[in-house]
Amino acid sequence: MKQKRIRKRLTHHSLNRSMAGNVMLFVFMGICGVFMAAPLVLIISNAFKPLDELFRYPPMLFPKNPSMDNFSDLVVLMSNSWVPLTRYILNTIIIVAGGTVGHVIIASMAAYPLAKRDFPGRKLLFNIVVLSIMFTWQVTQIPNYLIISKLGINNTYLALILPSFAFGLGLYLMKQFMEQLPDSMIESAVLDGAGEFRIYWSIIMPNVKPAWLTLAVLQFQQMWGNTGSTFLRNEELKPLQYSLQQIINGGPARQGAAAVVTLIIAAVPILFFILCQSNIIETMATSGMKD
Amino acid sequence: MKKMDVLLNRNYEWSLYNRIRRNKACYLMLAPYFILFFLFTVLPVLSSIFLSFTTFNVLEPPVFTGWDNYIRLFLDDDIFKIAIKNTLVFAVITGPISYFMCLLFAWIINEFKPRVRSILTLIFYAPSISGNAYLVWNLILRGDRYGLLNGWLMDLNLITQPIVWMKTEKYVMLFLIIVQLWLSLGTGFLTFIAGLQTIDRSLYEAAAVDGVKNRWQELWYVTLPSMRPQLMFGAVMQITQSFAIADVSINLAGNPSVNYAGATIVTHLMDTGSIRYEMGYASAIATILFLLMVGTNKLAQRILRKVGE
Repeated sequence: MKQKRIRKRLTHHSLNRSMAGNVMLFVFMGICGVFMAAPLVLIISNAFKPLDELFRYPPMLFPKNPSMDNFSDLVVLMSNSWVPLTRYILNTIIIVAGGTVGHVIIASMAAYPLAKRDFPGRKLLFNIVVLSIMFTWQVTQIPNYLIISKLGINNTYLALILPSFAFGLGLYLMKQFMEQLPDSMIESAVLDGAGEFRIYWSIIMPNVKPAWLTLAVLQFQQMWGNTGSTFLRNEELKPLQYSLQQIINGGPARQGAAAVVTLIIAAVPILFFILCQSNIIETMATSGMKD
Repeated sequence: MKKMDVLLNRNYEWSLYNRIRRNKACYLMLAPYFILFFLFTVLPVLSSIFLSFTTFNVLEPPVFTGWDNYIRLFLDDDIFKIAIKNTLVFAVITGPISYFMCLLFAWIINEFKPRVRSILTLIFYAPSISGNAYLVWNLILRGDRYGLLNGWLMDLNLITQPIVWMKTEKYVMLFLIIVQLWLSLGTGFLTFIAGLQTIDRSLYEAAAVDGVKNRWQELWYVTLPSMRPQLMFGAVMQITQSFAIADVSINLAGNPSVNYAGATIVTHLMDTGSIRYEMGYASAIATILFLLMVGTNKLAQRILRKVGE
């Protein structure tokens, strides 16, 4: 009898779940979900509010007469800018693509020996990387500025691209992900006489696609938000984010265009995340810290 | 197997020199990353520690002054006292709360079917990656009656006059904490979601046979112990971020904020570094921030190692 009851529970979908508990969690999630989503909904709806509704009392969450005016305002504003919009977009593409591709290649090339080979110094190097994810960039910001000036790459794309290659979290996640690949894969390649670099490039890399997509998305999130104004003084070198921020800071007359800009700034990284969500979750599954 | 060890250079009977020489290819592959890593992470930390014992204005070479900067920080700098107090309040409140929020939401989301699960994941994760979308809180918290919060509270007759939320000392920290929590379901949250999905289903079945009766017991006896590595990584993500609060404070409360009510170690660091150009002094602040972040992380790792033991 008891056996049967346990059996029934095991095959049943909701093991150990009470109805009351389910309802409670549902309601709780609903409330929290609204709190999380409301500001984002406000961003979306503001982009479609005509100017008089943006400054209306009492304030409203949703637009009454949704319009695309703000979008056309933004287009007019952007097309009148001193540096053409396409130049800002090109700068962003160069900086983000350069930083992302370089980081994924360099970090995974270093992650492979750290994950799969045993050589003197391996533990030490990895522990330093782990230490580096325990503090934020603000700690190193002043010496970093001095170092970049000393290298003579101030006011060039490289000032943003080079430091981003050495992003610690990326190497950490890549190494953890590579660790779960079976050793036999590498051993058979070694027996076939493949060199280290060949193994990395044609055996490891094709098998860690979720991890490099994750690194790319994380790197993108970091670089997308950077206005570059610490290092880039020439207007023609600045990324799109900089010109977008200028519009946000443009005062009440530009509130409509600013609302659209806020939407764009938020939407782009979210979109990338949606596209890669399952890969990112797969990578994060291996991110745990074993000591 | 012996042959494999030789081929993979894993023979520990070789001398150290020999092992290094045989693994030349590995070091070559590590070189590009680690050269940049030393240049942009290790060297800056070391030079920050060095500069913290000097006065340095960038134009002239640094002058060694011993512990002066630290003495000034702790004895003479009233703003730093407020900043360190605020930072600790942020860290003590948003650190653990955001950590448990990540865990709780991830755990609940995991109860849903995969489709709903990925939508919920997106909703909760989105604020943390949407750049400066938090600026929208400026509209919610506006000090006049056009602010959404004031508007609603006046509609409900809870207040008669609009309140200038972010310019009133007693509200500043409260709202900064709320906004920070809204932003805090980031990498740690994803890690927990992912960790929960990888737990072996048969563990739950075995636990049911062993007499685990409800989802809470299941969480404590099965789920948490089997995701300890993720719990530790998530803690690093949440703790580190809770010490670095600055942008939210600057953009919502202003810099300097009313009576420095929103000042944090990082805003103070920016003040001394990029406005007053006192790089030695700023380096001392950066060094303290570094020690606080790393120290707290190490402590948390120690505690979490005990989960489920």
